[in-house]
Amino acid sequence: MPDQITVTVNGMPVVVSSGATVAVAMVLAGQACRTSVSGQPRGPLCGMGICFECRVAIGGIPHCRSCQVLCEPGMEVTTEN
Amino acid sequence: MVAAARAAECGVRVGIVDDNFRLGGQIWRNASDHARSNDARFDDARSNVSQNNVSQYQNNEAQNTEASRSAGWVRASGATVLCGLRVVHQPEAGVLLAENLDGFCELTYDKLVLATGARERFLPFPSWTLPNVMGAGGLQAMVKSGLPIQGKRVVVAGTGPLLLAVAAYLRKHGAEIPVICEQASWRDLAKFGLALSVWPEKIIQGIQLKRDLAGVPFASNSWPLAAHGQQILESVTISRAGKNQNIPCDYLACGFHLIPNVELPLLLGCGLSNGCVQVDDFQTTTVPFVFCAGEPTSIGGVELALIEGQIAGLAAAGHASEAKALFPKRQKGRRFAQLLDRTFRLRPELRSLPSPETMVCRCEDVPYSCVRQHRSWREAKLHTRCGMGPCQGRVCGPATQFLFNWNPDSVRPPVFPARVETLAAVTGQSQRQHSEVTGGQS
Amino acid sequence: MSNAAYDVVIVGAGIVGAACADELARRGLRVAVADADVVGSGATAAGMGHIVVMDDSDAQFALTRFSQQLWQELRPELPDDVEYEQCGTIWVAADDEEMIEVRRKRDYYGERGVPTQVLDAQALYRLEPNLRAGMAGGFLVPEDGVLYPPCAARFLMERAQKQGAKLHLGVPVAQIGRGQVRLADGTEIAAAIIVNAAGARAAELTPGLEIKKRKGHLVITDRYPGFVRHQLVELGYLKSAHSVSGDSVAFNVQPRRTGQILIGSSRQYGAEHKEVDHSVLVRMLQRAQEYMPGLAQMSTVRTWTGFRAATPDKLPLIGPWAGDATSGTAGDATGDKSIFLATGHEGLGITTSLGTARILADQITGTKPEIPVEPYLPSRTAKEYAHA
Repeated sequence: MPDQITVTVNGMPVVVSSGATVAVAMVLAGQACRTSVSGQPRGPLCGMGICFECRVAIGGIPHCRSCQVLCEPGMEVTTEN
Repeated sequence: MVAAARAAECGVRVGIVDDNFRLGGQIWRNASDHARSNDARFDDARSNVSQNNVSQYQNNEAQNTEASRSAGWVRASGATVLCGLRVVHQPEAGVLLAENLDGFCELTYDKLVLATGARERFLPFPSWTLPNVMGAGGLQAMVKSGLPIQGKRVVVAGTGPLLLAVAAYLRKHGAEIPVICEQASWRDLAKFGLALSVWPEKIIQGIQLKRDLAGVPFASNSWPLAAHGQQILESVTISRAGKNQNIPCDYLACGFHLIPNVELPLLLGCGLSNGCVQVDDFQTTTVPFVFCAGEPTSIGGVELALIEGQIAGLAAAGHASEAKALFPKRQKGRRFAQLLDRTFRLRPELRSLPSPETMVCRCEDVPYSCVRQHRSWREAKLHTRCGMGPCQGRVCGPATQFLFNWNPDSVRPPVFPARVETLAAVTGQSQRQHSEVTGGQS
Repeated sequence: MSNAAYDVVIVGAGIVGAACADELARRGLRVAVADADVVGSGATAAGMGHIVVMDDSDAQFALTRFSQQLWQELRPELPDDVEYEQCGTIWVAADDEEMIEVRRKRDYYGERGVPTQVLDAQALYRLEPNLRAGMAGGFLVPEDGVLYPPCAARFLMERAQKQGAKLHLGVPVAQIGRGQVRLADGTEIAAAIIVNAAGARAAELTPGLEIKKRKGHLVITDRYPGFVRHQLVELGYLKSAHSVSGDSVAFNVQPRRTGQILIGSSRQYGAEHKEVDHSVLVRMLQRAQEYMPGLAQMSTVRTWTGFRAATPDKLPLIGPWAGDATSGTAGDATGDKSIFLATGHEGLGITTSLGTARILADQITGTKPEIPVEPYLPSRTAKEYAHA
């Protein structure tokens, strides 16, 4: 695996080190992972996959817990509504 | 991990299942000997299955080496490792239903060791939902997962020894820590420090921590009052020595000690005492053939978890006398657990932190003003949907328990969100029959 | 505790009890409500909240239609958290045989002035593209709707309280007697009339009531807005609801306003414990996946069960209780009208709660009921058994 990986977050390319999670990519990109029910921006809280705040859509699939998913080259991640 | 290793060494077929993609749970994340095993089918195994979800406590260099050693031990022992797999239900006795990103499988067992660990307790305060407000262990996990922290300002707040460990870790990776806010009183902390004298290894850890944290302001009797920011965290107001102080920062690492993950044990029918899984000397729960070790039996830290894990693994494998040899060490560890409990109990001021608009249920956006009107967890859940979101009350449950003294509900499957097709899986005995009837299924 | 005298004490703070409390208080009666749990508990907390006109029988149709119209009238006053949506029901026909049933329903509903639409396959998929291919068509009832029952019950109860109704929650009702209700802690609540609206537990308090618990399962998913737009029910549902014995499942899904999808339904007799029965859950979810394959990949957040109160003839019991099921007396010339029933609603409690409240209140106050009440009178049961 290459040392650095590029993924897209909301259309923007983000470079992370190999082994980084998608949640890290979101925080690096300064993008909220999701918008809450009442419209608040949200990001990772627990970092261990139980709070469900870090959910994003990956390749169109919704409700992915980004702190539990490793970045792979070319992944397309979008903030979840 | 140690339960699996010990049991496997006794010659039993062992499988170890973990939701995380690498062994080691929260603290030992990225243990260097990592593996990604995606064996989705495990239908015919007769095995001891151990689920290691999280054990959030402490962290320093020595631990990392220990972690690599344990991971290596697990592999060498011959145990089968199934990472990225989470147990969601037990549809019939001795059969667990588990799911990963690609599919699901059944895990059959004769004996089960539950090592589901603990999670952080979060308490609501104004704007705690802002991005970059995370748990203490939460931010640590993110940094371990690749989040750069060099040069970032991180306020560490809450309660428990995890705060110091996290602060030390972050600092070592280049973070600037304006302050560590511990809500416990100076007196309780001093007593804690004195009591540590019976555990020499903890004194050594303490000294190490002190060195790592030299120059980092530490405030007892201190807690967060509010986070501030437009779309993202910009600063935190804390209460310190009776005065409010506003601190600009990049991250707030805030957690109020640990809550045992008892959901799966409860689903299996294990009895609780004082909110923890009840076990006997051999770490057997009230359910036959089901053992439990580590944080779910009492929040006592890594050392206690390691001892209990070994006892459970040995007992599950039928090696009672070897298990017995570890009892004295466990006894010592349990005293430490009691000390933690006493020292880091939550102070009543923390109940007044939320404002009416503060979200208590983050999944369903239920504010404090709505939740507070109700008289029980059940009523609040029914009428506001607090606790009905995907976290299944793991965040707001402990919070409301502290805020309002509410007792939680019973646990129903799935113990973790699971796909419809997973829950709809025909398991065990009925599987072959069903295949014949419907013309076969994979 | 004080023995305040009321005109009516209602046992049960579910949606039926709440609707009755609201209606009776509105008519100026002094009302008390007793329940072991919170408002909107029991089957009200467990059910789907589907407001549906059903035609198993003329009597069922009359009550559900009457009630559905009352919900529509009430709609503007319902607060947001009741989540009332007039999304309509589509009865899904899997084959031509079921389309015959669709046309029969069209005629039946049409004769009674309920707007409906027969959908051919094309029309069906336009409305619900996520149904699996090969369906024959469907029957759309656009005035049906869905809501969130616990909050609807709370709304009705709060209205009752504003009119002076008093709640006694958290203590189980131990006994219903003449002119008083005794709680498990010894408290006695005195009233001229007692209404048993205790749902699945009604028979515990009124011995002789032929009410059986019919267990149901439900599953709710995470948010997938737009996947389902109407409440979808398979026409085979009627077979399931019809069967007097035996376990059955049927395809029945509902879009919630949150975008979550509620998946049902199941029926079991004789199941007393409330644990989720995995084999039933499996059958129910497999049935659901058969009709909507896209459900398979959806994340489920919770599963739960509830108990419907089922009567032998599938119609609720609304009216005075004669006290002896075998007496066979029509009307209530012999009995003192101190105990009334408002229970046995099976899967239609939410729908018919408002209609039940009206005709119950009519009977209590001696007003001419808005729809004929004979089919729902408790005194009918003895006669019906003879014909069963």
